[in-house]
Amino acid sequence: MKKIFEVPMYAYEKSSDQDATTPVRHPVVVIGAGPVGLGIAIDLAQHDVPVVILDDNDKVSFGSRAICFAKRPLEILDRLGCGEPMVNKGVQWNVGKVFFDEDETYKFSLLDEDGHKNPAFINLQQYYFEEYMVDRVRALQVEGKPIELRGNNKVEAVGQHDDHVTIEVTTPDGPYILETDWLIACDGANSPTRRMLGLDFEGRVFEDNFLIADVVMEADFPTERWFWFDPPFNRGHSALLHKQPDNVWRIDLQLGWDIDREHEMKHENIIPRLHAMLGEDAKFELEWVSIYTFQCRRMEAFRAGRTLFAGDAAHQVSPFGARGANSGLQDTDNLAWKLKLVMDGKAPDALLDTYSDERVHGADENILNSTRSTDFITPKSDTSRIFRNAVLDLAGQHEFARPLVNSGRLSVPCTYDGSTLNGPDAVGLPAALRPGATAMDAPTKDGWLLDRLGDKFQLLAIGMDAENGLNACGIDIETITLASDESPELAARYLGGAKGAIYLMRPDQHVAARWTSFDKNAIQDALKTATAQGGK
Amino acid sequence: MTDLITTPNIKDADDFYADLLALHDGHSKEESDLINARLILLLTNHIGDREVLTKAMQAAAKA
Repeated sequence: MKKIFEVPMYAYEKSSDQDATTPVRHPVVVIGAGPVGLGIAIDLAQHDVPVVILDDNDKVSFGSRAICFAKRPLEILDRLGCGEPMVNKGVQWNVGKVFFDEDETYKFSLLDEDGHKNPAFINLQQYYFEEYMVDRVRALQVEGKPIELRGNNKVEAVGQHDDHVTIEVTTPDGPYILETDWLIACDGANSPTRRMLGLDFEGRVFEDNFLIADVVMEADFPTERWFWFDPPFNRGHSALLHKQPDNVWRIDLQLGWDIDREHEMKHENIIPRLHAMLGEDAKFELEWVSIYTFQCRRMEAFRAGRTLFAGDAAHQVSPFGARGANSGLQDTDNLAWKLKLVMDGKAPDALLDTYSDERVHGADENILNSTRSTDFITPKSDTSRIFRNAVLDLAGQHEFARPLVNSGRLSVPCTYDGSTLNGPDAVGLPAALRPGATAMDAPTKDGWLLDRLGDKFQLLAIGMDAENGLNACGIDIETITLASDESPELAARYLGGAKGAIYLMRPDQHVAARWTSFDKNAIQDALKTATAQGGK
Repeated sequence: MTDLITTPNIKDADDFYADLLALHDGHSKEESDLINARLILLLTNHIGDREVLTKAMQAAAKA
């Protein structure tokens, strides 16, 4: 049977653009049909912005690649209409075990808080993830939404102009030229678009190689994340075992820097390594193997004129912590509504600069966490190795050392502290939901809160009255009124000790501003601030 | 502001110093380095105060 990633999902079809005598101008072109490119395209199409996605092949991700998806991206995917099939198919987990040398050092539980629709994490192969997103694209097409996915359309050149971008594309039927008002480059860590525009991508190279082997195996290992430091089967290095759907297990073995890549990739050399880890009797089949190295780096800015960069094209981190695809989806969440407002003439062009500012902040947070994890997992000096081993020695017996063990700090949503879009905060409300933070889910009488939030500016009036039908600068604000006792989670997360609160929410479900009393002028000012057009 | 105590604070200083050396008796350099690292981690956690720890690290780097 062919694997899903071996079957064309968006086979090449000739477009009428290819026969046009003058290049056809599109409002938005997206390069790359990975999770990030599909994410931004779905988001824009849901807002009726016509969008064309170009991809250089016609299949979903080859091999499982990204496998770990966190709560926040799942919430974003719910808004994009494709979160549920992912959660249904995905493997949920919340226990991790850390091993050092021959022993289990300790076990931890990522306690899944009650009162959220989505789990803390799911594991799901990237090819399924992309398949469900392509399904969503097809469903939107059936609804008549303006979204087009062009397989085997390889971008060869990109030219920036003041008010548009030209794109040279090659196809099985030869080359053609496209124009677009806005270009969104989601073409991965080696982004050809970034290279063609001569833009920087600076950061730190980590001199290490990791072998990924995804194996299909009937095994009674529990659904837990197991991480080994210096195990007998991979001396001096680390190892990871994590479960995916369909009895696929992710195995990640650190190999070190000076390796013979070709030698290590040979199945006859991989199989004994896996037997040493899984037991001589283990029966498994290799689904996908790959050797990767990584860097922690980002572009100086994620916007260059009419071109916007998202996902790995804009920033790259180590895989420890599930911060790649997860942060890429937070990029698209941030970008879609801003681009829509600018295209509609309801917000100034400067709003798009804040996409770069806010997501650079997010990328820096991810790079910092990822770099720290990497320094713990692969110590770069004798002293750093001594401290690392001392922490692991102590962690078994002494609880205090466990927070120092860093096998990857798992992705959490980014709060845009210090963003110029943030409006006023009110004293006495819970700090976790300060302006810039992502909304937290909670049950309400009419369903999950996050199912009711997003895609437009909204006023969340909890335990107090607020006017309906507010607007400013031609942008409408929808008012949602909730009782303070709709659920204990709602009260705890949004009110703390306060009797009531008013939250102005952005279309990406981030808090723009909040108050403990209703003030129409203050809300209109905050909306102006949140859309980069003055305000107080 | 919590100050780092840099005046004598250990009773029977000679006994303490002998204990510190005895801790390393019979250990290789590599083992000793590991023991020292564990000791630093245990003590720093006991102190806990980030300000004091920062001052101690600065004092150690300067000496």
